[in-house]
Amino acid sequence: MNALLVVEDVHKRYGKEEVLKGVSFQVEKGETKVIIGPSGTGKSTLLRCINRLTEPDRGRVWLDGVEVTSPKTNINRIRAQIGFVFQDFNLFTHLTALDNVRLGPMRVKGMKKDEATRLAQEELARVGLADKADAYPAELSGGQQQRVSIARALAMNPKLILFDEPTSALDPELIGEVLQVMIKLAQEGMTMVVVTHEMGFARSVADEIIFMEKGVIVEQGPPAQLFSSPKHPRTAEFLRKITELYGGEG
Amino acid sequence: MTTFYFEWWFLPKLAQGLVLTVEITAACIAFGFVLGVLLALGRVYGPKLISIPCSIYIHFFRGTPLLTQLFIVYFGLPNWGIHLSAFTSGILALGLNTAAYQAEYFRGAIQAVKGGQMLAARSLGMSRIQAIRYVILPQAFRIVIPSWSNELILMLKYSSIVFSISLLDLMGMGKRIAARYFNYFEVFIVVALFYLVLVFLLSQSLRWLERRVRVPGLGAPGLR
Repeated sequence: MNALLVVEDVHKRYGKEEVLKGVSFQVEKGETKVIIGPSGTGKSTLLRCINRLTEPDRGRVWLDGVEVTSPKTNINRIRAQIGFVFQDFNLFTHLTALDNVRLGPMRVKGMKKDEATRLAQEELARVGLADKADAYPAELSGGQQQRVSIARALAMNPKLILFDEPTSALDPELIGEVLQVMIKLAQEGMTMVVVTHEMGFARSVADEIIFMEKGVIVEQGPPAQLFSSPKHPRTAEFLRKITELYGGEG
Repeated sequence: MTTFYFEWWFLPKLAQGLVLTVEITAACIAFGFVLGVLLALGRVYGPKLISIPCSIYIHFFRGTPLLTQLFIVYFGLPNWGIHLSAFTSGILALGLNTAAYQAEYFRGAIQAVKGGQMLAARSLGMSRIQAIRYVILPQAFRIVIPSWSNELILMLKYSSIVFSISLLDLMGMGKRIAARYFNYFEVFIVVALFYLVLVFLLSQSLRWLERRVRVPGLGAPGLR
């Protein structure tokens, strides 16, 4: 088992509706995987099943050889190694940007305050927000909030970051700044799984694209192949629709 | 023509009562705060085995008169071999009562914290208790301050019922003086003024507290 993340036959059902019907994929270290597909096909649920923010009904997940889904695993220890970036940021409302970023290192990893502060300042600088350390979330734009939340994830020095539609709640003119940060992370070798509708990002950054529909993976492959010659008619149709909607380069 | 009868030496006596009023109010609020937070957490996060008893407690103490509760504690408990001083009984009854009300305010505030906050905290690897302590409660406390302030002011005034178990708080002291000199009007006007000053000071300090911990984007709308 060499892959950093292994997802095997994950199922999830909400009442009558089976949201995930057996999803399997692997992510190598340093790889960026982009998951695309129509809304309501279980993409976000899949991400949450990886760090068990949602408990999968069946199937297994491994991170770096450790079984995440094993009842013996301390899930908090695993989550500390998996960054999660939410669609609506979920920055801690009562804390400044700096405090948002250093809370995890201090309370979860037991890092000393001055060390955590230095780390948080570095991570904020990394996402271009060194000057916003003392701002509260309500004083930041959506794009800035999302960058702080990426810094918050980075400060935990994660093995992997999961992005759940990180730009879907943003005004169009703010999407670029967030994507830029993510592109930089991908280039620096961060392992990422990204659920997004930004086809431009998918095309230029993804090592592999996974197309999901109705709780299953329909097709997966490198962007060049998937975009130019999709094997499955559903993939082709989805790509045509989303290109109409968002424009060619997202 | 009625005569107006008031002597200066009444004032230090009433001030003595005022000190007792402040002590009882402070003690019952502190007690009610701790118990109230626990009850609210039990109701929101507890399994049924915990949340149901918490609900029953809250309904009982909000559904029965405070004076009845005070009499149960002071006159009733001795039947079970529990003898508490009037002072302790007063604080206990008032504290048990305000705990139920404070619990409901805290519960509302905890539930007003956005759901994503807990998720984000857990995604960093925090335990549920850490998430509650570092993320949920600091926000809930800020949200609750306005309604919590009302409860504190009410308790300050309700504490006057301890005169009925012979405590010489501001009310009890006033009653004792007035009963001796039969100058109810004069004495209780002064007592009322004393309460008014206390309420004013309390509400000012709470307003100061609210400003002090205010954070952009949190708190009751319109108070920002």
